Amino acid sequence: MLLNQFLLLGAFLFCTGIYGVLTRKHTVLVLMSIELMLAAVNINLVAFGAFHNDPTGQVFALFVLTIAAAEVGIGLAIVLLIYRNLHSADLDDVDVMKG
Amino acid sequence: MWFVDHAWLVPLIPALSFAIILLFGKRFPRGGSEVGILAVSASFVLACGTALQWINHVQNAKGSEPSVDPVIHSVTWFQNAGVKLTAGIDIDGLAVVVMFVVTLVSLLVHIYSTEYMRGDIRYTYFFACLSLFTASMLLLVVADNTLEMLIGWELVGLCSFMLIGHWWEEKPNSDAALKAFLTTRTGDIGLLTGVIMTFFIIQRSFGVGSFDIQQLHQAAAASSSPAVAHALGIQSPGHTIVLWCAAALMLAIVGKSGQFALHTWLPDAMAGPTPVSALIHAATMVVAGVFLGARLYPVFFHGFSIGDGTANPMAVIGGITVIIGAALAFVQDDIKKVLAYSTISQLGYMVMALGVGAWTAAIFHLFTHAFFKADLFLGAGSVSHSGSHHSFDMKKDMGGLKKYMPQTYWTFLIGTLALAGIFPFAGFWSKDEILVNAGHNNYVAFVVVGLVGALMTAAYMTRCIYLTFFGEYRGGHGHEHHAGDDSDILPADHAHEPHESNGIILGPLWVLTFMAVVVGFLNFPHFSKFEKWFQPSSPESFKGILHAVAFNPILAAVSFTVAVLGIVIAWAFYAGKLHALHDLSERNKVAHAGKTFLVNKYYLDYLYENIIVAAIKGPIAAGAYWFNQHVIDNVLNYTGRGARVVGRFTYDYIDQKGVDGVVNGIATVTGEAGGEARKIQTGRLQFYALMLVAAVLVFAVILWIAT
Repeated sequence: MLLNQFLLLGAFLFCTGIYGVLTRKHTVLVLMSIELMLAAVNINLVAFGAFHNDPTGQVFALFVLTIAAAEVGIGLAIVLLIYRNLHSADLDDVDVMKG
Repeated sequence: MWFVDHAWLVPLIPALSFAIILLFGKRFPRGGSEVGILAVSASFVLACGTALQWINHVQNAKGSEPSVDPVIHSVTWFQNAGVKLTAGIDIDGLAVVVMFVVTLVSLLVHIYSTEYMRGDIRYTYFFACLSLFTASMLLLVVADNTLEMLIGWELVGLCSFMLIGHWWEEKPNSDAALKAFLTTRTGDIGLLTGVIMTFFIIQRSFGVGSFDIQQLHQAAAASSSPAVAHALGIQSPGHTIVLWCAAALMLAIVGKSGQFALHTWLPDAMAGPTPVSALIHAATMVVAGVFLGARLYPVFFHGFSIGDGTANPMAVIGGITVIIGAALAFVQDDIKKVLAYSTISQLGYMVMALGVGAWTAAIFHLFTHAFFKADLFLGAGSVSHSGSHHSFDMKKDMGGLKKYMPQTYWTFLIGTLALAGIFPFAGFWSKDEILVNAGHNNYVAFVVVGLVGALMTAAYMTRCIYLTFFGEYRGGHGHEHHAGDDSDILPADHAHEPHESNGIILGPLWVLTFMAVVVGFLNFPHFSKFEKWFQPSSPESFKGILHAVAFNPILAAVSFTVAVLGIVIAWAFYAGKLHALHDLSERNKVAHAGKTFLVNKYYLDYLYENIIVAAIKGPIAAGAYWFNQHVIDNVLNYTGRGARVVGRFTYDYIDQKGVDGVVNGIATVTGEAGGEARKIQTGRLQFYALMLVAAVLVFAVILWIAT
């Protein structure tokens, strides 16, 4: 099979994710971008797993899915709390750690 | 030997009690305190059973030099690449003694707290912390490897932080808690380093690294000479690494046990509730350092070459601490601070005893000190609870409490006599044993230090007793003349007469007083059960370290005389002087109502005048006054004033400017460095993310070029 097309798709998704994380102002959009990055990683894992005929890649992808689910749960809870406290979900307003 | 084999239950039960109180405490009718008391009682019973079985075990040992190996049980925690980490128990005489002390004092403190903390806003939380505190100290005590000790050690530090800052709403309290935590953390760096080094010491000796305490003992013994190493059948790890390990662990002891230079947190720790102070000072926290020194003693003994009679860091630091702590105790007005500095001084004795090769004496002193110091702290708590309207200021709010609180007075007095080393109370025997052993091991200078310390101890405790229980009651009266500045602080019931505390407070006091009277006889000359039962006797690793020293009646007589002298001097100085001052105030026609308060006011002024201003102003008046005095009075004055000057000087310059100055300096430098570093902290999340991506890209490029 051809590996390249999967890797290209993964790289594209990952870059889209990074772009989203770095530029979007809305917290939920940033979270979604992170999900995109995770999906890109999963594509790579599954693609390499299939390429080497090794199930480890798929198993690992399953782990990533589980972690991602937990991460979204916590992430959304944080977003909710931020919104409750600041009445906005804009990342620029969250600057308590400013030195 | 069911109890000895199951000694892991002793720390486990209070740990479970912590969880139960934390989760369900508020649902119990007494707010969780009954769970804590029940759990610690169970631990106490188990500890007693363990002690009895251990004693039985030792008694049954046969042979001319009976060797009793410690009882060790461990399970593998995890295993990786040939390195096995275990969790387990190592029960020997030392563990048995400290377990008994910790559970007994903790139990009494629990009971005492139910009355002392009644109605506190965080009553349940307080008992949860007490349980965890006890559990972590017991974990440290039973641990069979240094890693487990480290866990217990850190938990003890954490609990003391939580308990010292129990009333954190007031800034000084939370500051004190932070100070205690951060100062001991400084010492903990040494412990972490030392524990890591134990792994490599054992690796060098046995080929496979481990944290096992018994192996560490053998490895340290092997470092002393090739012959010993050959006899043990292991390699010598080399003296250097053992020396560094001992130095690192010494730092840990200095931090935890309030030894000189890192002792400043201990007096501040008085901000916590009084039962906590008793627990910290008698059974947990500060004795953890001494326990560490005793537990890993071969490392110190061979690392610092203690056997050859030369000065070593351990003895010197201990000796300095004895004097510094005692001198500082003279200038405190807060009764708990007097006791705190006293603890520092007594811990100095223990560390000094370890440093001069008197292992048994050090542990014996730890054992006796726990009882009379807990007694004194709980007594001070009783005074503030029922006598002085929750104040600890001896000069302002106490005095003359003897007739209001006779039982507290007697328990406090006996505790004081035991602390001062008066025959036949506990402190006499243990302090004497330290001195005898120091003399026997050719540490004559430290015998002198010990005697001077004994003199000062007796004197400052006499001052403390005098100010608290004798003279006239100053609490209510002083208040009337002071209506402007503290009426809002004192509760409304200040007009009440001071009264005796109730049975829940007096019960633990009497138990501790009883212990303070009797435990000293455990090591009565020629009886010496303490030594026989609890001294480690596994011959290889402790060979040449421990030896019995006969009781020396001359030294005992000297130390006893010195202690009595201290009491007499202090009594004459404080009690005698007050009458002279009384006259002085009448001659000067400074008329005020409320004599007692006046006397005290003048008393202060008088001292300052004589110490600081006397040389500058009115030598004639001063001279005339001096001629009025009896010759003996003068001698007494000089001694007393000398002690005060030394104390004040140490406090002002060494303690406040020197030690605190260095600490503050470090803090300033760190603060400024932080100020520079904060400029890159923009607070914008996406800027951080960008930095992260950029860093990853840089690394990726480097990796790409490198391959």
